Amino acid sequence: MSTPVLEVRGLAYAYPDGHQALAGVDLHVHEGESVALLGPNGAGKTTLVLHLNGILTAGAGTVSVSGMPVEKDHLQEIRRRVGIVFQDPDDQLFMGTVRADVGFGPANLGLSGAALDARVMTALDLVGMADFADRPPHHLSFGQRRRVAVATVLAMEPEILVLDEPSSNLDPASRRELADILRSLDVTVLMVTHDLPYALELCPRSVVLSDGHVVADGTTYDVLTDDELMRRHRLELPFGFDPRTVAATLGLGD
Amino acid sequence: MGGAHGHLLHFHGHSAVHRAPAHLKVLALLVFMVTVVATPDDWFAAFGAYLLVLVAVIGLSRVPPTYILKRMVVEVPFVLFAVLLPFVARGPRVEVLGLSLSESGLLAAFGLLATATLGVIASLTLAATTEPQALLKGLERLRLPTTLVQIMAFMIRYLSVVTEELRRMHVARVSRGFEARNPRHWPVLAKSFGALFIRSYERGERVHLAMLSRGYTGKMPL
Repeated sequence: MSTPVLEVRGLAYAYPDGHQALAGVDLHVHEGESVALLGPNGAGKTTLVLHLNGILTAGAGTVSVSGMPVEKDHLQEIRRRVGIVFQDPDDQLFMGTVRADVGFGPANLGLSGAALDARVMTALDLVGMADFADRPPHHLSFGQRRRVAVATVLAMEPEILVLDEPSSNLDPASRRELADILRSLDVTVLMVTHDLPYALELCPRSVVLSDGHVVADGTTYDVLTDDELMRRHRLELPFGFDPRTVAATLGLGD
Repeated sequence: MGGAHGHLLHFHGHSAVHRAPAHLKVLALLVFMVTVVATPDDWFAAFGAYLLVLVAVIGLSRVPPTYILKRMVVEVPFVLFAVLLPFVARGPRVEVLGLSLSESGLLAAFGLLATATLGVIASLTLAATTEPQALLKGLERLRLPTTLVQIMAFMIRYLSVVTEELRRMHVARVSRGFEARNPRHWPVLAKSFGALFIRSYERGERVHLAMLSRGYTGKMPL
């Protein structure tokens, strides 16, 4: 197979207070894949995400993005390649207007003038927010802000889009709209989520992280229907949701 | 969950005052205030003239005078302090309505009130006629250090987020039967503010992370 977009080998990390958040994680994501990263609270999901673009530095092991190791020398290029959408859009959107916010990343990469503007409008078009370019972000609805947050990262033309809890706090309509947008994008996706139906809908493959270890890596359908695995790692499907019946209608699974 | 709209001071309009370049307005405010502060307390006619200038500008801007008047409550603490002055200041005293007041205190009180009132009206007029974003651009054009402008930009951006958080904490307290009625309740309020401070600090860290993730290297690219 080709060089993976994302390659994590034996990654371990302990926080300064001694808490071992990651204890030897291995993960490969190939181009064009959509992978869900599942796991109970405190499993180390966010810690792993912060290693992918070098915000945190590995205690042991390596992370590389399209063959380029995540190291101090080329952090800027790594941060272009790995686009992280954080959970709270108010953390991600800090400029006065949507346009300035989406332009922040590409401008840091050295774009300016017409090229910058084109990049910004393309990204806003992808998430259906082009009409809001000159509005201040805090005047938008929560769902709109989440979409603009995705655009801020798309504007950097990343090789992998990493989403931290993309469906959290969204009403069902906004949640569906975001799913439609994510499906329409031509980009590799790693999605951290507790929303298991969302994972089944959008990601053919799932990786389960528990206590700093990868404990399962397979098709989302297989993971969600492995009752023993699910119980052991505090993963629960919402009431009334059965992947088997849903998969039948989606044409997945057995 | 749009949060409170942040720009409570801005009054939308298209008058000449609204359209004037922001950096000129900031300069005008600065010159005006320095003049007002430099005027001796007993030049009563001068203060009257300053007030006329402001009234003329507000008239030109078509901002309703009541809009400005309502927002002048911020001046209240100054008023309280000014009212105290004639009682506590020393020097020759005069009898007013049976009260013995200090002459120099009265004059100082007038000076304080006049300066504060003119300053508040002038600042409110600037805020009412200038979009916050335009104001920041104006300050940048006046060569204010970019770090300062950035800090102000973040303040404007996050003011509504923090206010909303404060409001939610208030609702949560009230829902559990707490109303601050007397000073014995102040420690609870102090702890709330402490919590808000820590939350805001942590948000600052998360914003910084999000900025680094998009290639921020220490200076604003735009």
